[in-house]
Amino acid sequence: MTALVILLGSGMIVAAFAAIYLKNLIAAVVAAGIVSLFASVVYLILAAPDVAMTEAAIGAGLSTAIFIYAIKHTREEEVEND
Amino acid sequence: MIKRSISLLVVLGFVLIFWKMLTNWLPMTDLHGVAKEYVSREPDELGAVNVVTAIVVTYRGLDTLGEVSVLFLAATGVALLLRRRGKKIGAGKRKRPSSEFLQTGTALLTPFIIMFGVYIFINGHLSAGGGFQGGAVVASAMLFLLLTFPGYKFKHTVLNWIESISGASYVIVGILGILLAGGFLDNRILPLGEYGKILSAGAIPVIYIFIGLKVGTELAGILENLKHEH
Repeated sequence: MTALVILLGSGMIVAAFAAIYLKNLIAAVVAAGIVSLFASVVYLILAAPDVAMTEAAIGAGLSTAIFIYAIKHTREEEVEND
Repeated sequence: MIKRSISLLVVLGFVLIFWKMLTNWLPMTDLHGVAKEYVSREPDELGAVNVVTAIVVTYRGLDTLGEVSVLFLAATGVALLLRRRGKKIGAGKRKRPSSEFLQTGTALLTPFIIMFGVYIFINGHLSAGGGFQGGAVVASAMLFLLLTFPGYKFKHTVLNWIESISGASYVIVGILGILLAGGFLDNRILPLGEYGKILSAGAIPVIYIFIGLKVGTELAGILENLKHEH
């Protein structure tokens, strides 16, 4: 069980970095959704099914959709401003 | 350069804090303090099998009401910001039908997803989950419909009525708690019933049905507003 948690945790860290560094915003949002999805499995392993359900439905499902709808209304290319 | 070194220092500070926390950490073998009090008192007092639900709906009911209000404000804000702009431009956009797979899958799965969401919030006092989780699952079924059928529109009046009525009923049930039982959102206004049966734990299932309907319709409304904003 510990090995699974470590695997999921490392997956979360990789996905989180991907969400920050990916240039394609849709891909970044999907990576952020993967962080939530793995987090919900970790919650389940840590015996918190209520939190796991919320995280899976809202974190991985609905907020990803809301972000994608929002990004659809922005411009394609990233604007450099520093 | 200075920006970089400052952020590096902040990260190092966090590493130090978490290192201290982790090295002194021991897994808990039994419950202490408030947790112990809740777990030992709850079955006799409120009669809900899922202790988390009893805490969320009754002992900490006011916090849940606060969360519902925050969600309501968020949904209202989204509607207020987006609907006006949608009206100005709106319509006339070419809509591409989605693939056969998506359409068939949605038609097959949507009723079951909605049923599962309703199951989650009706059984909130018996198994894991509750109003928020069930409502979110129902809303994800609505998301499925919106994704598959681009022109799909919910009946706004129906959604708004369900949302308003369940929100108001939730507060009314809470006030009935003051009048008939021990205080605001006390679940003992209805008989506690047999421990572990679907009709038990007093008003908790009733409150969770209202929360589930409210959260589901609100999230569906947010998604629809975002979807149809062009």
